[in-house]
Amino acid sequence: MNPTIPHIPIGDVVDAGIGWLRANAGAFFDGLSALLAILTDALTDLLLAVPEPVAIVLFALLGWLLRSWKMALATLVTFLLIWSMNQWTTSMQTLALVLIATVIAVVLAIPLGIWAARNDAVSAALKPILDFMQTMPAFVYLIPAILFFGIGAAPGLIATLIFALPPGVRMTELGIRGVDHETVEAGHAFGASDGQILRGIQLPLAVPTIMAGVNQVIMLALSMAVIAGMVGADGLGKEVVSAISTLNTAKGVEAGLSVVFLAIYLDRLTGSLARPGDQRTSLLAWLRSRRQAAARAS
Amino acid sequence: MSAIQANGLYKIFGRRATRGVAMLEAGASRDDLRKDGLTAAVIDASFEVDPGEIFVVMGLSGSGKSTLIRMVNGLWESTAGELEIYGEKLTKSSDATLRRIRREKVSMVFQHFALLPHRTVGENAAYGLEIKGLNRTEREARANEALAMVGLEGWGGMLPGELSGGMRQRVGLARALAAGTDILLMDEAFSALDPLIKRDMQDQLVDLQRRLEKTILFITHDLNEAMRLGDRIAMMRDGRIEQIGTAEEILNNPANDYVAQFTQDVDRTRVLTAAQIAEQPASVLGAEQGPRAAHRLLRESHNSWLVVLHHDRTPAGVLWEDDVAQAVRDGSNALPWSDTHEMPVVAHDTPIADLFTQAAQHLSPLIVVDDAGRFQGVIPRVTLLTAVGRPRADAPAPAPAGAGG
Ligand SMILES: Nc1ncnc2c1ncn2[C@@H]1O[C@H](COP(=O)(O)OP(=O)(O)OP(=O)(O)O)[C@@H](O)[C@H]1O
Ligand SMILES: [Mg+2]
Repeated sequence: MNPTIPHIPIGDVVDAGIGWLRANAGAFFDGLSALLAILTDALTDLLLAVPEPVAIVLFALLGWLLRSWKMALATLVTFLLIWSMNQWTTSMQTLALVLIATVIAVVLAIPLGIWAARNDAVSAALKPILDFMQTMPAFVYLIPAILFFGIGAAPGLIATLIFALPPGVRMTELGIRGVDHETVEAGHAFGASDGQILRGIQLPLAVPTIMAGVNQVIMLALSMAVIAGMVGADGLGKEVVSAISTLNTAKGVEAGLSVVFLAIYLDRLTGSLARPGDQRTSLLAWLRSRRQAAARAS
Repeated sequence: MSAIQANGLYKIFGRRATRGVAMLEAGASRDDLRKDGLTAAVIDASFEVDPGEIFVVMGLSGSGKSTLIRMVNGLWESTAGELEIYGEKLTKSSDATLRRIRREKVSMVFQHFALLPHRTVGENAAYGLEIKGLNRTEREARANEALAMVGLEGWGGMLPGELSGGMRQRVGLARALAAGTDILLMDEAFSALDPLIKRDMQDQLVDLQRRLEKTILFITHDLNEAMRLGDRIAMMRDGRIEQIGTAEEILNNPANDYVAQFTQDVDRTRVLTAAQIAEQPASVLGAEQGPRAAHRLLRESHNSWLVVLHHDRTPAGVLWEDDVAQAVRDGSNALPWSDTHEMPVVAHDTPIADLFTQAAQHLSPLIVVDDAGRFQGVIPRVTLLTAVGRPRADAPAPAPAGAGG
């Protein structure tokens, strides 16, 4: 006990607040928890319903479509490795958690980012909140998450969501604010409404920045999804946790490597979404150039 | 009705900007306001632009030109004063009204083009129409028409990034033309282009304006550009309009030292036209007169040449002293036209710069005619040289056209 300064029981206050919420909004949290669990399970089942070889080829094709044949090749090799390390099921569970967390985060982050970009007061108010969300050690979220949602996918998802949301909001705001001032002015000068300017000018031009934000959201979600293994979310995280508790190096390395492979795959994929023009060797670019050539020839 | 009418427009940046207006009206200077944290960008600007006119606002960087033009379409709200577009009040009107006026009456061309990089040239040109809610086929037809007007036929499928700067600004112009508004606002529209392309665009703009009779408010910091384009020019300094007038008025009667200094290094030969430096000869001869009358007029005027006019005042030719003397000695009754000298005739609106080749080829003075081919005056070679050399303080005095008929 500090002799000179009284202890202000912030932790206790938060704890009491959480207790109150649980008591009064328990049904809401239970419902949400069930919904999130259903979503995660459904996506996991879907991913696992595809036979491994087919799934691996599909992942590789997606890499080719958006980036390059080299990525397709690397995907083929690394995903085969995941399968052979016996981490396919856990990897797909983690992937499902990451994807759902990302989708929810993006759905929340983009409108928030737009709002912040158009309103300085909102921007100023959001800033400390986002800082808080991002810098608070990730483990700390797990405690109230368990209290609200119990053990399983839901608390993992919520913790992941909170942790991964901030870059989505920030980059959306940055992207919209960064659109050339004169270009926005041109929209106004031709009599466009705010909505028309947002849809026709600001959002399309902010896409690269927003996609860079989505990329960060995914990476953070992945790192958090592993931690979520501690609260019982199925997937690679759970493998790592159990490897730690049994001091099983082999299992730890295999699960850890799978996380790395998954991370690299998701990063390259979303990275190429942020800069589609740079991907000259992607299947999409090839298709686009074919179409343009055809249009020009006619 | 004027296309644009501004009365005492003010734009002051800063907190509680209206107090700045009161301060300025009470005689405070721009610097006084700056100490108070206010920037007076436009101060008490009044002007009107007639339909079909090219009105140029000219001033150095920071003089408030961009601010002024942005108040004309309401992008920035004026701090005080009134502005009307074809009699409709723009100041203090609702957002919806503003948008309607911008869609229907005023469009804008930007210094750095401000095209939408993710849309094709054709879609860019059609932007204003899309905002207006026209359907795709009509949009495309009108956008292609506008692109053709600026010489970009067939480029509609490209992206702006694939075009050169000059071509991009043509797209910017096409976008404004396609919108079909009567008024075009152009904020340093050609300043980012290199000189040759700039000249080209200026000529094209004048050409388009003649054909389409648009009303153009053009902003520039280049006085030569102002003089080339402007029917009238407003000279701006430190937020105030110092003088409004035609190019000649500003060149010949600068309102103050600032304007005078500014106009010093203008290329006068491109601004002044033949009519402005033409003089009335001491006398002219009717075409039905004889050599004797010519002889008398030549002696009185101490000139070596004499202009002969038909009844309808179209020029018949120039007589030379030697030929006339010979004819009088021979007792001939016909006017003795020279067989060595031709008569150089120039249109009244020819820039002086274009007169030099003619003047160099002929000893005779240049004969200036109006649009109907009627005689307006002469430009002896000496006059041409002095006109280039120094400003003419006085307007050409209409001398009585002495006639022999
Ligand atoms: N948004 C703004 N906030 C504060 N001051 C501004 C703002 N916009 C312009 N100003 C000030 O108003 C004055 C006039 O600026 P303006 O852009 O109208 O000048 P300009 O004549 O267009 O100059 P340039 O040739 O450089 O474009 C300048 O002193 C500028 O600093
Ligand atoms: Mg400017």
